[in-house]
Amino acid sequence: MDKNVRREIILDHYQNPVNRGLTSDESYIFQNTSSESCIDNIDLQLKYEDGKIKDIVFDGEACAICTSATSILIKTLLGKTLQEAEDIITNYKNMIEEKEYNEKVLEELIVYDEIYLQPNRKMCALLPSNALEKILEVIKDEKEKKKSVD
Amino acid sequence: MNREDFPILNQGLIYLDNSATTLKPKCVVDKMVDYYTNYTSNIHRGDYSNAIKTNQAYDQVRDIVKDFINAKDSSEIVYTTGATESLNMIALSFFKQNLNKDDEVLITKSEHASNVLPWLVLEKEKQIKVDYIPLNDEYELTVENVLKKITPKTKVISIAHISNVIGDIRDIESIGKICKEKNIYFVVDAAQSVSHIPIDVEKANVSFLAFSAHKMLGPTGVGILYGKKELLEKMEPLKYGGGMNQNFESTGDYDLKAAPIKLEAGTPPIAEVIGLGEAIKYIQSIGVEKIHQHEYELKKYLVNELEKIPNIVLYNKNSKSGIVTFNLKGIFSQDTSIYLNHYNIAIRAGNHCAKILKDDLNIKNTCRISIYLYNTKEEMDRVIEVLKQSKDIFKVVI
Ligand SMILES: Cc1ncc(COP(=O)(O)O)c(C=O)c1O
Repeated sequence: MDKNVRREIILDHYQNPVNRGLTSDESYIFQNTSSESCIDNIDLQLKYEDGKIKDIVFDGEACAICTSATSILIKTLLGKTLQEAEDIITNYKNMIEEKEYNEKVLEELIVYDEIYLQPNRKMCALLPSNALEKILEVIKDEKEKKKSVD
Repeated sequence: MNREDFPILNQGLIYLDNSATTLKPKCVVDKMVDYYTNYTSNIHRGDYSNAIKTNQAYDQVRDIVKDFINAKDSSEIVYTTGATESLNMIALSFFKQNLNKDDEVLITKSEHASNVLPWLVLEKEKQIKVDYIPLNDEYELTVENVLKKITPKTKVISIAHISNVIGDIRDIESIGKICKEKNIYFVVDAAQSVSHIPIDVEKANVSFLAFSAHKMLGPTGVGILYGKKELLEKMEPLKYGGGMNQNFESTGDYDLKAAPIKLEAGTPPIAEVIGLGEAIKYIQSIGVEKIHQHEYELKKYLVNELEKIPNIVLYNKNSKSGIVTFNLKGIFSQDTSIYLNHYNIAIRAGNHCAKILKDDLNIKNTCRISIYLYNTKEEMDRVIEVLKQSKDIFKVVI
C-alpha cells in the first residue's frame, strides 16, 4: 500500500474515530486495556446479539496508532459472527507480530502491515485487539454455559 | 558543561530525560569497573587485603554522603536500593510503629507514587489519615498552604523537595521550621533535588530524607535513607539476615547491631555504593549551585522560546528547576515523544508516576523535558526548531 494513503487512513481514524463514547447499556460487555510498556489506556464495550456483533464503542486516551487501530477494528468487526471476528483478530495479531496471515479477511486493517518496522509501537496496535479478544472469550464462555444448561 | 566526561553524548543524542535517570560520567563507571576488575570482595567479613580495601572504599561513602547533605553523623546515613525503598522504610517501618489511629500525614497531589502509596497502605492498615496540602494556581506548594492545612492531629509532613512533574522547589527550611515548632515529623523526598540544589538536613530540620544515586550521575540499584540518629535507633528493620545481627541463638534470642547497620541486611550493592561516592565527588567538583544555575538558565530560555509557538501548552512556566512540562495541542503526549525521538531527542511522556496530579492538572499525560548539567543552549535550539515544525508530526510518527 502507498505510504501516503496508509497514513491518511490511519490519521483519519485517529482524528475522527468511529463510535467514541461509552454506553451505560448493561447488555454490553466491558473491557479495559492498558499496558506496562506504554501509556495508552482505553475502555471498550461490545454488544453481541443473535449470533452477530451488534455494536462496539470505546473511549480513552491513547496515541495515534492505538486510537486509529481501535477505530478500524471496530469498523471491521461490526456485523461479523463470533467465528469471523476471531478469524480477523487472529490474522490481525499475526500480521502485527510478523507471522503468516491472511490479508483477505483484514479489510482496512491492512494499513498496519508495516508496524513491525517500529517495534515499540506494536503494543499500541495490539492493545485494542487484545481487549476485543478477551471480550470474545467471554461470549464464548457464555455460549458454552448455555449449551450445558440446554 | 563537562560534556567530554559523558561518552554517550558523542553519538548525537540530545538527552532530556534527566528526571528519570541521569547519564553517567566516565569516572563513575571506571570506579565501579575498577572494583569489579581489581579488588572484588565482600564487605564486613574478610581479613585479606582486597576485603580491607573494599571495606574502606565502601564505608568512606557514608562520610561523603554525610558531608554532601550536612548530616551530623555518618551513622545517620543508611544505604538502600533507592528512593523508593527509603520511602517505604520510612512509612512502613518507622511510622507503622510510631503512628496511631487518626494521626494525620500531609502530602501533596504532585508527589511521586513512592511517596503516596506507602502512606495509603498505612492508612488502610493503621487507620491513620492521609490528607493533601492544596497546590496553588501554578500547581506549586506554598508555605502558606502548608500552615493552613496543619491540624493538632498532624504528625507527619512528607513532600518532595522538588516535584518531578512541575519541578517546583519547596521551601524546606521554612517548612522544617514549622515542623519543629509544632512537633511534626518532616520527611523529604530529595530524589529530584539532591544533585540540583543544595540540601542541608540540619538547617531544614529534616527527620528523614530519601534519594537515589541514579538520578545524580551514579549507578542504579543504590540510594540513601537519611534519618536523625535518635529516629534511626528506634526504627525496626524490614529485612533480617547477615551483617545486621550481633548474635542469635537457637533459643530464639537475637541482638541486632546499631543503626545504620541493622537496617542493611545482606550483601549490599557494593560497586554501586562506591560509584555513588564518586558521583558525589564529581558533583562537588563542579558545585551544586552552579549546576542549578545552568539548568535554570536553560529552562528559562527554552520556556521563553516555546511560549512563542502557538500550539504549545506549558504547565510549569515559572518553576525554578530544570523541568519543562508541556503538550502539543491536540496531540497525545506519547506521539510527541515518538516524534522527538525521530530527531534523537529523548524526553518522557506520561503521568511521571504522579498519577493523582491529574485531579488538579485536568490532564492525565504530559511531555516532560528535564535538563541537567551537560545540556546546552544549542540543544534547546534544536528542540525548539523541531517543535516549531511539528505540524508534520504525523508524517513522522505514522
Ligand atoms: C520525586 C521522586 N521521588 C521518588 C522517586 C523514586 O525513585 P527510584 O525509582 O529511583 O526509587 C522518583 C523517581 O522518579 C521521583 O522523581
